[in-house]
Amino acid sequence: MAHAPSGTNYLNATKGWKSWLFTLDHKRIGIMYLLSVCIAFGLGGIFALLLRLELLHPGQMLFTAKQYNQLFTLHGAVMVFLFIIPSIPASLGNFILPIQLGAKDVAFPRLNLASLYIYIFGASFCLYSIFSGAVDTGWTFYTPYSTATDTSVISMTLGAFILGFSSILTGLNFIVTIHKLRPKGMTWFRMPLFLWAMYATSVIQVLATPVLAITLLLLILEKTIHVGIFNPALGGDPVLFQHFFWFYSHPAVYIMILPAMGIMSELVTTFCKKNIFGYKYVAFSSIAIAIISFLVWGHHLFVSGQSEYASMLFSLLTFLVAIPSAIKVFNWLVTMYKGSISFEAPFLYFLSFMFLFSIGGFTGIFLGTLSIDVHLHDTYFVVAHFHYVMMGGTVIAFLGGLHYWWPKMFGKMYSEFWARISCLLIFIGFNAVFFTQFILGAKGMPRRYYNYLDQFQPLHAFSTYGTWVLGTGFLIMAVYLIHSLRKGAPAPDNPWGGLTLEWKTTSPPPVENFLVTPEITHDPYDYERAGL
Amino acid sequence: MENKAESLMGHGSFWLPRSASTVSDNTDLLYNVIMWGSTLLFIAIIAVGIYFVIKYRRTSANMKAEKHVIHNTTLELSWTIIPLILVMIIFVWGYKDYLKLSIPPADSMVINVTGKKWFWQFNYPKEGKNMLNEVVVPQGRPVKLVMTSEDVIHSFYVPNFRVKKDVVPNRYSIVWFEAKDTGVFQVFCTEYCGDGHSGMMATLRVLSQSDYDKWLVESELSEDIPLDQLGKKLFETKACVTCHSVDGSAKVGPTWKGLFGHHVDLANGQSVEADENYLRESMVAPNAKVVKGFAPVMPTYAGLLKDKEIAALIEYIKTLK
Amino acid sequence: MKDNIPVIEHHVAHHFDTAEQEFSAAKLGMWLFLAQEILFFSGVFVAYVIFRYLYPDAFLEGGKHLSWQLGALNTVFLIASSFTMVMGVRSAQVNKRKASINYLIATFMFALGFMCVKAIEYSQKIEHGYLPARWFFGEGASDKLHIFFGVYFAATGLHGLHVLVGMGLIAWLIYRSIKGEFHSEYYTPLEMVGLYWHLVDLVWIFLFPLLYLVG
Repeated sequence: MAHAPSGTNYLNATKGWKSWLFTLDHKRIGIMYLLSVCIAFGLGGIFALLLRLELLHPGQMLFTAKQYNQLFTLHGAVMVFLFIIPSIPASLGNFILPIQLGAKDVAFPRLNLASLYIYIFGASFCLYSIFSGAVDTGWTFYTPYSTATDTSVISMTLGAFILGFSSILTGLNFIVTIHKLRPKGMTWFRMPLFLWAMYATSVIQVLATPVLAITLLLLILEKTIHVGIFNPALGGDPVLFQHFFWFYSHPAVYIMILPAMGIMSELVTTFCKKNIFGYKYVAFSSIAIAIISFLVWGHHLFVSGQSEYASMLFSLLTFLVAIPSAIKVFNWLVTMYKGSISFEAPFLYFLSFMFLFSIGGFTGIFLGTLSIDVHLHDTYFVVAHFHYVMMGGTVIAFLGGLHYWWPKMFGKMYSEFWARISCLLIFIGFNAVFFTQFILGAKGMPRRYYNYLDQFQPLHAFSTYGTWVLGTGFLIMAVYLIHSLRKGAPAPDNPWGGLTLEWKTTSPPPVENFLVTPEITHDPYDYERAGL
Repeated sequence: MENKAESLMGHGSFWLPRSASTVSDNTDLLYNVIMWGSTLLFIAIIAVGIYFVIKYRRTSANMKAEKHVIHNTTLELSWTIIPLILVMIIFVWGYKDYLKLSIPPADSMVINVTGKKWFWQFNYPKEGKNMLNEVVVPQGRPVKLVMTSEDVIHSFYVPNFRVKKDVVPNRYSIVWFEAKDTGVFQVFCTEYCGDGHSGMMATLRVLSQSDYDKWLVESELSEDIPLDQLGKKLFETKACVTCHSVDGSAKVGPTWKGLFGHHVDLANGQSVEADENYLRESMVAPNAKVVKGFAPVMPTYAGLLKDKEIAALIEYIKTLK
Repeated sequence: MKDNIPVIEHHVAHHFDTAEQEFSAAKLGMWLFLAQEILFFSGVFVAYVIFRYLYPDAFLEGGKHLSWQLGALNTVFLIASSFTMVMGVRSAQVNKRKASINYLIATFMFALGFMCVKAIEYSQKIEHGYLPARWFFGEGASDKLHIFFGVYFAATGLHGLHVLVGMGLIAWLIYRSIKGEFHSEYYTPLEMVGLYWHLVDLVWIFLFPLLYLVG
């Protein structure tokens, strides 16, 4: 294995803020995205802590009804648009994808930098919106409430519109990179599964996001020049907005989960020192999920007034899209069979994901079932379900990936002890917050409620206490991760014993990723052949 | 918030409130099947996982995997086809139940519902009765609600009956149920509709057929109680409480405490005395004079309050010093 | 080269191994971009279909207020511009630099013509009050006429914006051509803008009959 001239890597090769702001290096771009999405997560998290604080007791505690409505809207909008959609692809994906592929960079490095600028530009609009009257429509902007309200809907939707282009261009970049920049020997079936997952994600990003763009644009036109397509008073159809909105936003949740699933495949193979069970099944299930995800949007409209026939079709397709996800879970499970399992923090996140995502998946069955959804729609059950898959799934996987690739990205090891404590607190806190909400929802507690019946108070209080445990876990994480940047032990090139290409270069990698372009002659997780 | 209807938490099973309609039992059966099935499968997955992580844990730093089992087509097909069959069963079952709870029987009695920010209006077309935030129905008869909204999308939800339907402006949507038991049940709005969303509740009272027939013909105003006490009742039943307080705190609308006889500053800079005429006008033409610091969102009660009811409310406000 | 401008050699970007790989990547990237553009416009087309189905009279009447002659002229402009664009790319491929520049200028002029006709049409509408929605004060039998014009302005407005962007790109290509950057060894930006321009043309070919030739 070749080594860089002592100490030179992508972090220190060039210095000064200009070398970062005008960089074309996918690794530096990934780091800047990482910082941005972590800040967004913090902001969204603060909104969540505040709104759950208000819900500790019925009646007014700290906020008026309008302020509460703004809090849950901003929590959703910031988390979805500023954090979770770009989270894994733009940060970890940008950093790792070219290296795992064996390439020197993404296909269009300048476009990559532009995507980052577009993200920041879009985020600025969203921030402006927050401070200039905020939004109180829910992150879903349903009409006619959103066309009538006087809060800063236009700046927020403009922000989301702009952020969409960042997402589209990142996806476009990744697709071309995977198609055109594979080195000799890196066939499709020798690619690590993280890359299959990123590919499927990118396809959805490119094809679904423009529909959100036009939807938000039409909403802005409706608000400014009263076009009349969504507003019933002008002859429009408010349910049409829901169809347009969910046509993007359902595939969007697969943009969120597919990269997470990709990380799972990486973690289980490395920490069990085993090849993945059922490689082709896992790979193709990513593609199947991407395709079917476009066909299920109507399951958000089961009680909106669409025909029973349409509801039936969407319910059927919703069950179909669950199957490939189940296939992955089983394949990961069996990968552990007769492996050599080690329990460092990244693998603890893998185990957390298996537990939490399974619950999220099973509760999706309830919601996909037509008669059951009639009872559960727009209750806390739905809130719990999507937090189990988006947070228990994507965020947990993001944390797993972050802890897995942290030594590679920064050349430093974090405290394993504090990482385990943090993981435990997050796991416990998360379940306390959200399992409770399944019960609340099934008992009939509606969502987006500022006030509630006294009988629901014990469960609400318990859920709020959970947020404090969850928040503590994240706080500890922030401390030990930042601490590691200065005082962490230097990381070896391959701290975990992984076999994918990123572990064959230095920690941190040199600017050009590899001093010698690798030639690929075997499968990505071939521990047996490697004798490890 | 106080509960006026049967408790959702206190009755029923661990997960679900009491089932009180003919269709809700079907929903509950399927719910429990999915619940038990999911729980068993989940426990199986976790158990296998726990077994593996204990049995195959790395006991020495360079311990290799025992055996590289990486494919088994039978296993793959099994865990694809069996879940597929299971979810298809659930799908068909759910669809059949859904049709039952979506399509009202032909002989259903009709009640018209209007949702607006932030209360529910119920109209009995045959009898011409109008109710606010309370709907009364007979036990053992199918009831069809024909619903529309006057402003944004709302949603009508009765947890005890397991029914829900969005209430959309410029069109009608239908929900139906047949109540098994008498009682008072909770109705929620479940489509976010603004500041008063969580206050937009109604009660659904189920009476025996004979009690219902009696109720149909009686008048709410036949009781002989002092006017101000009638006003206090109406404060709740006519949904004023959703937006106005009597303890001095500002909600969506100004407080009634200390209102009568004092001067009110208006949004247009004028100042008026809150006398009987002002109070009456505020109820039937609320946007004629908007109080400073509040939004012009109050809906009009013209046609919704009889003259005696307006008088009663005014008397009640006079008592709130 | 026949003229005196030196040929500027193109350097393949450092992360590509060959020029072919770079060109191939650019093409795939542009096709993906076009795919998402189609999905973007599809939203407007879906809105058109739904509201035409709901309010056929408004759409019939609205279409009559549009001058199909001007629309046809615009269609001719865009189809011609697509032809000149192709010729512009082709000329560069065979090192006919001057011809390439002339074809690009012709493309730009056709596009300019399109925008001028659009300006005339829009000002006519504004005069008679057939404005989008809120400012609508035109006369008409159908009370849903404002929805037709809302869709009309949204669709043609978005399309017009794309034409303007295209004109900017073509002007940039003209500048780079004059500098000598494009030749048989390197014509990627020309081909890519060409693809974009064909899409802009294609969208108009759908919009024209749907809006102008109703009934």
